[in-house]
Amino acid sequence: MTAETQVTAQSVDPERRIAGLTSGGWRCAATAIAILVAVVLPWTLGSFQTFQITLVLFYAIAILGLNILTGFNGQFSLGHSAFFAIGAYTTAILVERYGVSTYLTIPVAGGLGFAAGFLFGFPALRLSGLYLALATFALSVATPQLLKYNHFEDFTGGVQGINLLKDSAPFDLPFSVDQWWYYVTLAITLFAFWMARNLINSRTGRAIMAIRDNPIAAATMGVNTALYKTLTFGVSALLTAVAGALSAIVVEYVAPDSFTFVLSVYFLIGLVIGGVGWIPGAVIGGAFVLYVPNLAEGISTGLAGVLFGVIILLVIYLMPSGAAGLVRLGITHLRRRLDRDNNKA
Amino acid sequence: MELFLHQIFSGLATGAIYAAVALAVVMIFLAIDHFNFAQGEMAMFSTFICWALIDAGLPYWVAFVLTIGISFAGGIAIERILFRPLHAAPVLSHIIAFLGLFFILNNGAGWIWDFTIKPMASPFPEGSISGLIGYHEIGMIGIVLIMLALLYLFFRYTSVGLAMRAAAQNPESAKLCGISVGWMIALGWGMASAIGAVGGILIAPVVFLEPNMMLGILLYGFAAAIVGGITNPAGAVAGGFMVGVLENLVGTYIPFVGSELKLTVALVLIISVLMVKPSGLFGRTTVTRV
Repeated sequence: MTAETQVTAQSVDPERRIAGLTSGGWRCAATAIAILVAVVLPWTLGSFQTFQITLVLFYAIAILGLNILTGFNGQFSLGHSAFFAIGAYTTAILVERYGVSTYLTIPVAGGLGFAAGFLFGFPALRLSGLYLALATFALSVATPQLLKYNHFEDFTGGVQGINLLKDSAPFDLPFSVDQWWYYVTLAITLFAFWMARNLINSRTGRAIMAIRDNPIAAATMGVNTALYKTLTFGVSALLTAVAGALSAIVVEYVAPDSFTFVLSVYFLIGLVIGGVGWIPGAVIGGAFVLYVPNLAEGISTGLAGVLFGVIILLVIYLMPSGAAGLVRLGITHLRRRLDRDNNKA
Repeated sequence: MELFLHQIFSGLATGAIYAAVALAVVMIFLAIDHFNFAQGEMAMFSTFICWALIDAGLPYWVAFVLTIGISFAGGIAIERILFRPLHAAPVLSHIIAFLGLFFILNNGAGWIWDFTIKPMASPFPEGSISGLIGYHEIGMIGIVLIMLALLYLFFRYTSVGLAMRAAAQNPESAKLCGISVGWMIALGWGMASAIGAVGGILIAPVVFLEPNMMLGILLYGFAAAIVGGITNPAGAVAGGFMVGVLENLVGTYIPFVGSELKLTVALVLIISVLMVKPSGLFGRTTVTRV
């Protein structure tokens, strides 16, 4: 019997399970605790902090969208600010110009995002790795200018953008406006993460990952790579557009300069910080891109951007696999320590 | 007709800058197979250095030459400190590192020199030749052409130039011939940084100096490199001039574009060239072995 099989034998040892549940059990417990914390959190925070964690959540949805594309399908995008803008503007225009109910605009924004992503997926099919990064870079640099374009001004509000007001909680529920929208965002976030997990664990998800790992082998196995890649682009853009719609509602304002190239960079950095190809990482990434720039600003206002740049460089050098790698490392350490203790006993 | 000629000439002038930026992008692409998303910010930072030197009282051309030297050293330093440790890292790490550099340079320039718009001096007299082309525009084209000639001579007739070409074309064989491929890459970074600096200094009097001035120009530089062929420096230069003229003609003669959708023109250009002819007009087609 080799050492490795011994370790696996020990991991199904009932005694060890009490100390650490099974890995599936641990995962359930961690998820439950995280959801519980997320539900309780707004009651312990002021309205501004509640607003901020709402921002973390919709960043997380956008980063999740990017993760499905980049982490699981291997397509790079520096252009997700464009899909975020599509979502935000869809909501803002429908609510402000056409008086549509705020809640209804979210699925519409997601649908438009899906269509846009699916269509952009076609040129993306012909571009590998770097070239796709370049094309999407161009997309995100061009987006603010398109939003300012004066022939669309009647719809987009041009440079001024659009102001909207968020609805307060319906049915006289005992929530403040910020709390209500936090819970709406939380519900959508949970739904999005649940769907993403199911997608990745399905037959489709395996096809998506097979394309990332070896497109030729995947095609040989009968995976329609073109279809799956464009669909993945669509799903990714859908999530990001939903995040954009939520941002328009929560921030109550859309303007071209909120959707610059820098926003795309934030998504990408959030993705790498959270861990490429690890779904829960998106929340950590969302928190990072919201709080770290603020933190850097706290240290020095003028140098904030420089500090942010230094921090992301350090992350690339010191923990290139992001929070996912850190968590994995922690689990390995814990396991080893437990094994040692068990051996002693 | 006069409008047409004027647009052609001023297109050639901005095209010269796109050519310089495209050439810088191509040099780094040939050295490390990555697009330098921070190329524009490097050029912007160099331009600020030049402005500061002139502001400190140095004559224009002294500041110009000094800035190019500093940029060259800076480019080498960036390669040695930031990108050398990453040379085997995956593409995504490289992209993030370029973006980190982007933030540091962009905000660093804003922190040191302020985010306000500054006028940059031009060494050339004001005015123009019968309203067709300004003296500064002639100067832009002239300096870029001189720089290109020098680069051509360097790569064609010096042993270092030959070694750099060898290192880019076939790193393994170059290494076996005793060429220090690592230093050739660093040299490529230094030269790219210096070439970008020339572009930045020359365009600054036109677009005004501020930390975000290069983003649009970088996009056009990328478009130029893609149109000309990312693997061919001469092609990238030709692409720069073509894109510059195209930008002006489209802006003038297609009414709904105007100056407001210039970046979208670059976007469409990049995507359509990559789709129809990914190797560009003058690039070589790369064949990968499965």
